[in-house]
Amino acid sequence: MPVKLTVTGAAAVAHAMRQINPDVVAAYPITPQTPIVEYYAGFVSDGIVDTVMVPVESEHSAMSAVVGSAASGARTMTATAANGLALMSEIVYIAASYRLPIVMPIVNRALSGPINIHCDHSDAMMVRDSGWIQFFTENHQEAYDFTIMATKLAEKENVLLPAMVNLDGFITSHGVESFEMLDDEVVREFVGSWNPKYSLLNTKNPVTYGPLDLFDYYFEHHRQQEEAMKNAYKELPGVFEEFEKISGRRYDFLDLYKVDDADYLMVVLNSTASTAKYVVDQLREEGHKVGLVKPQVFTPFPKKEFQQVLNGRKGVVVLDRAMSFGKEAPLYSLVKSSLYEVASRPSLGSYIYGLGGRDTTPEMIREAFEDALQGNLIADEQRYLGLRE
Amino acid sequence: MVPNIRDIVGYVETHDWGFTQGHRLCPGCNAPMVANWATLAAKSMGYEPVVAAATGCLEVSSTIYPFTSWNVPYIHNAFENVAATISGAEAAYRSLLNRGKIDNDKIKFIAFAGDGGTYDIGLQSLSGAIERGHDFVYILYDNEGYMNTGNQRSGSTPPGADSTTAPVGKAISGKLQLKKSIVDIVAGHEGVYAATAATAEPWDFMRKMQAALEFKGPSFIAMLAPCVRFWRIPDDSGPEVTKLAVETKYWPLWEYNMGVYKVTKKPKTFKPVKDYITKLGRYSKLMKRPDANEILEELQNYVDAKWDRLLALEEISKDKPIRTKI
Ligand SMILES: Cc1ncc(C[n+]2csc(CCOP(=O)(O)OP(=O)(O)O)c2C)c(N)n1
Ligand code: SF4
Repeated sequence: MPVKLTVTGAAAVAHAMRQINPDVVAAYPITPQTPIVEYYAGFVSDGIVDTVMVPVESEHSAMSAVVGSAASGARTMTATAANGLALMSEIVYIAASYRLPIVMPIVNRALSGPINIHCDHSDAMMVRDSGWIQFFTENHQEAYDFTIMATKLAEKENVLLPAMVNLDGFITSHGVESFEMLDDEVVREFVGSWNPKYSLLNTKNPVTYGPLDLFDYYFEHHRQQEEAMKNAYKELPGVFEEFEKISGRRYDFLDLYKVDDADYLMVVLNSTASTAKYVVDQLREEGHKVGLVKPQVFTPFPKKEFQQVLNGRKGVVVLDRAMSFGKEAPLYSLVKSSLYEVASRPSLGSYIYGLGGRDTTPEMIREAFEDALQGNLIADEQRYLGLRE
Repeated sequence: MVPNIRDIVGYVETHDWGFTQGHRLCPGCNAPMVANWATLAAKSMGYEPVVAAATGCLEVSSTIYPFTSWNVPYIHNAFENVAATISGAEAAYRSLLNRGKIDNDKIKFIAFAGDGGTYDIGLQSLSGAIERGHDFVYILYDNEGYMNTGNQRSGSTPPGADSTTAPVGKAISGKLQLKKSIVDIVAGHEGVYAATAATAEPWDFMRKMQAALEFKGPSFIAMLAPCVRFWRIPDDSGPEVTKLAVETKYWPLWEYNMGVYKVTKKPKTFKPVKDYITKLGRYSKLMKRPDANEILEELQNYVDAKWDRLLALEEISKDKPIRTKI
């Protein structure tokens, strides 16, 4: 029987990891990810799991060890945030190119500089082109559920890509909230056992991982990584369906809230969607036809799903919790480019919010919606919510 | 079971090498000897080596896709992380053995890296892996510079050797700093087996390799392995040059085991360090400088003092390990 647990988001993720019971976890602490590693080390030290834990001396070594472990055929996980992810990033790309199904929760935090420990999405956006599958989660339940689903998807033979599960620093990781935890057995059966085709430890059939890959093959290998991403996109609905069978919870590429008859839509990632849903409810009560689109899957980017839901609407506001200096904000630019092909393009607005953990209030969300309602959207203008100009 | 030289020769006649033909290392390069001998030592002892390499000459020249010279499982990850990579593989091995997912208890992990990947950019990863006590053998092929990228200085480059980022010029006599004593750095982790070796002394290396493989924990061997190209020496002279390095105290052969130092080769007489230096083309610019003799004298004093220190360490640590387990 599933049980209700009222704990922090970090604990919820650590419980998902405990139930998956990976062969190896290598990690390094960084606020606000630290409690995940600490919980997990506690599970190991109490003998609750028999994972081999490698408490490395840096995130660079965490990702390096994780590559060595996953290439050896072990189910392997790590977790990090912000500067930890930045330090890892060289090897983050390598992990994807070796097609290693590593799962890594990322507790989103502003990337230095200047140094700041609070939530934004600059860390995840920095590695958005690294070849990892990227999930974004609103709350404890989703962070827990997606950690489990990520394991299932990453290990599909036609996918074999690493996956990161993003959750908001402090808001989700340290906030206490209830979530429903599945039975250990149910999760174990869902993820199954991992029996990779190639392993460094198979001395009978030696493989060479990470050769020098020059102009005559490198291009083709990147093309294959793209194919794997396409396969991930194709496999996801099946994973969602299977997960619904064990949990009763139905996920999709996009979480849609009151969109059916909506003229105006907001697009936002992670925990801010909760605030936005509250504002949608308020505006609905005032008679405005508004709704919310929350991408759960960011890479592979669900372009078709965006096109379907945004086509023909009057206005769409996209909220980014990261900047792309000198260019359009990361989520906005993708949403905007996906609309190039639709029959009836909505007017668009780009909003930056919540950088470095800046509180995002219902009033700010309302401000963006009101611009849309008043027909005051300019596609080429980046606006800011809660910024002192 | 430690095999003798006859067993090893017999092994070569009847078995596959771990590192085999087709690589593109320069003719005369000493790096492939290191790879060959290390995997051979492991295989002849009945172990099944799993190898990791750092970016560098050995790596780029041995695995040009779709070819590989490695006849054993091999992973290259990046330049600075071979020790972390192998520690992940070793952790996976322990985990999968514990869980009964594999039953091969013959695997031994061997990491290879150049001096750049060891003394400099890879030092943190190496230190972390040793401190955590992973069971692996780390072999440094020390050619005293970044050779793959074209003869730049490293933390191992000795003073006065010509390199492109610390060239010997009119105003400055090349690199001014001494070479780091990497084996001492590794020995500073205490719970470790560490040794020097030279390509001129294959049997000494074999014995140390065997000790390293039998050691339950991290072990490290620094092998002086000339780059014929940038040391400006004839293709067939690598081992001859490392022989001179040993005979001049430039590169003493010794080992460290959990606190106990042992000098493994004690020549009765030594040649002057000048004999070694003047053999290498990379010092010819230095030798033309007016202060060449001064610099040589300094180096002579340095190697003399280091040798005496080594003998003293051997004496005071005799039968006195500072640790007995890792
Ligand atoms: C992070 C990073 N910085 C720099 C390089 C470029 N690089 C590749 S190999 C190398 C030098 C290797 O030197 P060493 O470890 O001594 O091995 P050798 O080439 O002498 O065999 C450098 C600087 C790199 N690959 N990665
Ligand atoms: S450049 Fe030097 S180290 Fe590199 S392969 Fe050639 S001889 Fe060996």
